[in-house]
Amino acid sequence: MDIQFTEEQELLRSSVQRLLRDQYDFEARRKIVASEEGFSRKQWDAFAELGLLAAPFSEGAGGLGGGPLSTMIVMHEFGRHLVVEPFVETVVLAGGLIEHVGTPEQQQSFIPEIIDGSKIWTLAWTEKASRFDLANVTTRARREGSDHILTGAKTMVIAAPWADYLIVSARTSGDDRDRGGVSLFVVDRRATGVDLRSFKTIDGRRAAELGLHEVRGQLLGAEGEGLAALEACRDRAIGALCAEAVGAIGELNSATLEYSKTRKQFGTTIGSFQVLQHRMVDMFIAHQEALSLMQHLSLSLSAGDAGLSRLASGAKSKIGYAGKFVADQAVQLHGGMGMTDELNVGHYFKRISSINIQFGDPAFHVLRYAQLDAAA
Amino acid sequence: MELKLSPEDAAFRDEVRSFIAENYPPEMRVPNPETDLTKEQSLLWHRILHKKGWIAPLWPKEYGGPGWSVTQRFIFEQETSRAGTLPPLAFSVTMVGPVIYTFGNEAQKQKFLPRILSGEDWWCQGYSEPGSGSDLATVRTKAVRNGDHYIVNGHKTWTTLAQHADWIFCLVRTDPSAKPQSGISFLLIDMKSPGVTVRPIITIDGSHEVNDVFLENVRVPAENLIGEENKGWTYAKFLLGNERTSMAGIGRSTRYINKLKQIVKAEIPAEDPAHLEFLRDIARIELDVLALEATELRVVAQMARGIDPGPAASLFKIRGTEIFQAITELTHRAIGNYGLAIREHPVSANRFMPGADYGHTASEKYLNARKLSIYGGSNEIQRNIIAKAVLGL
Repeated sequence: MDIQFTEEQELLRSSVQRLLRDQYDFEARRKIVASEEGFSRKQWDAFAELGLLAAPFSEGAGGLGGGPLSTMIVMHEFGRHLVVEPFVETVVLAGGLIEHVGTPEQQQSFIPEIIDGSKIWTLAWTEKASRFDLANVTTRARREGSDHILTGAKTMVIAAPWADYLIVSARTSGDDRDRGGVSLFVVDRRATGVDLRSFKTIDGRRAAELGLHEVRGQLLGAEGEGLAALEACRDRAIGALCAEAVGAIGELNSATLEYSKTRKQFGTTIGSFQVLQHRMVDMFIAHQEALSLMQHLSLSLSAGDAGLSRLASGAKSKIGYAGKFVADQAVQLHGGMGMTDELNVGHYFKRISSINIQFGDPAFHVLRYAQLDAAA
Repeated sequence: MELKLSPEDAAFRDEVRSFIAENYPPEMRVPNPETDLTKEQSLLWHRILHKKGWIAPLWPKEYGGPGWSVTQRFIFEQETSRAGTLPPLAFSVTMVGPVIYTFGNEAQKQKFLPRILSGEDWWCQGYSEPGSGSDLATVRTKAVRNGDHYIVNGHKTWTTLAQHADWIFCLVRTDPSAKPQSGISFLLIDMKSPGVTVRPIITIDGSHEVNDVFLENVRVPAENLIGEENKGWTYAKFLLGNERTSMAGIGRSTRYINKLKQIVKAEIPAEDPAHLEFLRDIARIELDVLALEATELRVVAQMARGIDPGPAASLFKIRGTEIFQAITELTHRAIGNYGLAIREHPVSANRFMPGADYGHTASEKYLNARKLSIYGGSNEIQRNIIAKAVLGL
């Protein structure tokens, strides 16, 4: 089941690799994270210029038609370099939703500005009590003319401080946790009634608590049927996040292996201790398994396989646990150095910890995997 | 779980309990005492305990200890820890103090011990070096005798709270030709000496707890040498024995478990399947704590009968740190999406932090707790100790 990349895919991978190697080393990233805005417009423009922001979109929508495999390729490299720019939020989440459920007018109006890098988007679905349940929506929307008016609050919206547009889930009917009655809306982040309280995340990004008070929004997709769109969006997001996690895991393993061959204690390299050798073998195995599942999921996403959503949950869980194990051990084997802000190892640890929260932690997804099987 | 206490010990426990309730400074009850208090604030409790005569439970009475039995010391440790009080600085009271009164000369005892007790001197530990880690015998910092001084050159690292310290106790190499463990001396260095530089090390939780300490041509009076030259390793090992006791952290773990239970109750509705999973995970950790606490009580009872606990400290260190790491992980998971946020240090900036108050330190605690299995002799090293010293492997 090993993926043989096409010439185009290979080209995509090598060009992302080159860009990040030249412009996104750990020091460059540190400066970006510490900057006022917290991400780099310059990098974002470079991503646009290279076609990364166009890669997954269909050719009909003005993209390069690379689909989920191109997302996997990009995100794997982004994971290796701990890229903070909102590719997942803008291209995978928002772009994916617009492409899949937007009207032709919406696609024509929004996607080109995503592709050329001029507009940044994010998705606001989490609420105070929602935890990882996409259907738990208390934000309300009522129709007014051709628009809707939204009132409520969203929480932990990653990239909201950077975004020009938000896609917001809000309830047009039903009770707070009903599957039906959830709708999606495009909201201008600078619109009247949008209140943002920004903060930093553990992995060096920016996020915000979002207050919505009588905010004008434009319906995206069918009214009351937003949940299915969100679920499919989550599957694509999981594909992207898993690829990012695998990229990070691979880097942690290389760094740890390298360190164990040079770091000396008790007159010998620590890599000569059997207990640490076995640990690193287990880290290697975890990476291999995660890599395989990542490819398996991306192929299923490309083919639109039945049972895709269950596989997505399975991969999120399995790769999540693998990431946690590898990150824990990478810090442990680096000793005190692994605890420092100075070394990249701790930053991979934190990114993997974040990935393990976004769209549901490994325990949530292993349970969903089991439940979807029971329901089948 | 409680020790079966004699009436006297039970009365002592009640006395300690009410003393804490009446005297622990409210301004020390901040979200994260380890990172949020100024030096002066963190010394408030120290000074109260000093005034009461309880600052140094381990010390013999002649040097200012309270003269407690093993059981009383354990009760004190248990009560202060259960009540969530910030322990007095271990480097001063638990570590260097006993080295000074055990191996120091009369002048050193008179000079340093009272100032340790009063909190006037803040000590930090100059053991680890960039090359050494868990292998302390590879100390490279050099001290060369020059008349009535030593000239010290080297680089210490992971020095906890050196930014506050008045003094540092250092392992230095005085005989480069001897075997690693036999050319080491134990030297006390004034942090105000010319040539001492402290550089902060920021850790992954964003806090400033540890430092690099650079020593460049630092002149240290020879009278600051503890014991004999080149015998420092003996004193260092003695001190590490003290460091590794009380690492079971039962009181702290119990407090954090109680907090975790409240968070789970507030965050995860009973009908959510995750609720039951959390209850089960918490119960498992509680059983781990129970078993460790029972082990600790068994060891304390043996010590009270005069039996040497041997490498029990390694067992406490391994399990105590693993348990606490598990609790911080579970707490971080319990707050769900809010686990993505982290407070910005320095805390005085008072930046906005989302979510309920009880979750505000979950991320930093989770990240910070990764150090526990690394410091004070990594858990791998502790396992080696048990393998060798207990199992004879």
